[in-house]
Amino acid sequence: MTTAATVTTTATTTAASTTTAVRAEEKMIVFEDVSKFYGEILGVNRVNLSIAPGITSLVGPNGSGKTTLMNLMTGLLKPTRGRISVLGTSPNDPQELFRKVGYCAQFDSFPRGATGREFIEFYLRTHGATGRAVENLTHQALERVSMLEAADRKVAGYSKGMRQRIRLAQSIAHNPAVLILDEPLNGLDPMARAEIIRLFRQLAAEGLYLIISSHILHEVDMMSDSVVLLNNGYVVAEGNVHGVRDEIVEQPMQILIRCDRPQALAARVFEQDSGAVVEARLHDDRQGLFVKTRRPDDFYLLLNRVVLDGDIRVESVAPADDDLNAVYQYLISSDGGR
Amino acid sequence: MSSTIDSATTSQKGAREMPWGLWVQQTLSILSQELRKNFLSRRALLLYLLAALPIFLLFVLAILPPDDDEFQNINGLSLVFSLIYNTLILRAVVFFGCAWVFMNLFRGEVVDRSLHYYFLSPIRREVLVVGKYLSGLVTSIVLFGLTTLASLFMLYFPRFSSESSRYFFEGAGGKQALIYLGITTLACIGYGAIFLIVGLFFRNPIIPALLIYGWEWINFLLPPLLKKASVIHYLVSLMPVPMSEGPFAVMAQPTPAWISVPSLLIFTLIVLALAGYHTRRMEISYVGD
Repeated sequence: MTTAATVTTTATTTAASTTTAVRAEEKMIVFEDVSKFYGEILGVNRVNLSIAPGITSLVGPNGSGKTTLMNLMTGLLKPTRGRISVLGTSPNDPQELFRKVGYCAQFDSFPRGATGREFIEFYLRTHGATGRAVENLTHQALERVSMLEAADRKVAGYSKGMRQRIRLAQSIAHNPAVLILDEPLNGLDPMARAEIIRLFRQLAAEGLYLIISSHILHEVDMMSDSVVLLNNGYVVAEGNVHGVRDEIVEQPMQILIRCDRPQALAARVFEQDSGAVVEARLHDDRQGLFVKTRRPDDFYLLLNRVVLDGDIRVESVAPADDDLNAVYQYLISSDGGR
Repeated sequence: MSSTIDSATTSQKGAREMPWGLWVQQTLSILSQELRKNFLSRRALLLYLLAALPIFLLFVLAILPPDDDEFQNINGLSLVFSLIYNTLILRAVVFFGCAWVFMNLFRGEVVDRSLHYYFLSPIRREVLVVGKYLSGLVTSIVLFGLTTLASLFMLYFPRFSSESSRYFFEGAGGKQALIYLGITTLACIGYGAIFLIVGLFFRNPIIPALLIYGWEWINFLLPPLLKKASVIHYLVSLMPVPMSEGPFAVMAQPTPAWISVPSLLIFTLIVLALAGYHTRRMEISYVGD
């Protein structure tokens, strides 16, 4: 009797935890030990990711595996190994998947002879939308990417930026929960970039999952909630930019101190240092000092003491490499990368 | 704004409860998109030229009729048409026309790098196969059906207009024309399925298409059992005016229509199922295409 009760309790607990796990998976984009090989060539290897709502950027050089990850997520590629789930749906089920997902791929090609409007309308009809709904959703999507005026022209006559925007309009037209964007800012002028980044932020604020690949690190840095850094098919780091930076404990942090007497500051720092400073270097304009340290907290205490002495006027102190570019360079260097 | 989204969502919900309704709608969307491409794209030019070829030749024959006996009376013309239909229309125009139309359904999109738009829409891959196949079927049947009818007209009417009217509207001609039309339709169904799958499986489908062409041409030399492993055997069996296959032909009983027609249809269904299975596993990278 006791044994039976224990078994029942265990079974109930197991069932409950399985249900919780399933529910959690329905709210995430999950990669579980995913690998993709193109014959002998590695696409991505042993990727484990859980992507939450907000803007997640995939960053890495050409061939690092960004597009492969996106194509795996959308079923354009099948994983050699592992499992992918997009809000609880397998990429092998396009009928269900693309109700939730919009994908703006990098392929710069279109169905022959279509206008921008027809391109979007056809896509919406495949969703089961008809008549007025198709017209309204198309209008909204075109409006969001500022393409209403050019909508009835043939796509073949569009500029690169317009083609990019019409693809974006198509991918958001059915109001997906997940938006996957492969280099979405390519070909856009600065004004359009700012406008589209604003749109991404707005969509993320509405609770969408935005997965964006880009090699323009500055823009990624500005708009991303979290980043996934890729190199040679491996995820080398993931998390928010600052969090990723903190994880690289071995890599000294570089701090720029703007002051009136940087040489004197360098001498004072080395005089009082107890091993926190690795390197100090004058800024090119001789109005600042770069300091590399493995123990930033100790260094800031040291700097406070120097400032309190009063003979050096410090204007500003800021991390010089706490941006994505610096993080990425660390990670893919021979020390940090795989 | 929300009302438009709601109406689309309602439509989707309804469709999910009755997937057949959604699949039909998706198939019709694919059909209209593909038909426009098939008929109006630059690729269609070659198709129009091919379809017009027999009509042009028969037009020349109408202006400069040969002195042979077959051309001098309406009964002889039925033999002439059987020859022209068998050798030119069926084995060349319909065969290569279907090869062009159906191989391009998928291969053409891979070359144009636009197949991913279909793969990124909420369409089951099997529905995509059916939609595309139907579009190829409508295109080829319309074009080559018209070729068949226009060729008949061009052979008979310019020289024997009143006799031809009687022959087609009161005599055996009308039934023959319908049978030829039926054979053209069946040819499009059978060859269409074959070339659809050739376009799916082969990066360069020209060589397999030529091999199939060779196989279909040497059909008259094959032993009876092997003859059955071809489309042309079933089509020739249905011809209203049988044609001699020459002194070297290996004779075989023609397959009756009640076997020929279902055999071709069953074959087509099997091939389409295979195509659906293949597209479910298909990946898109466009690298090397």
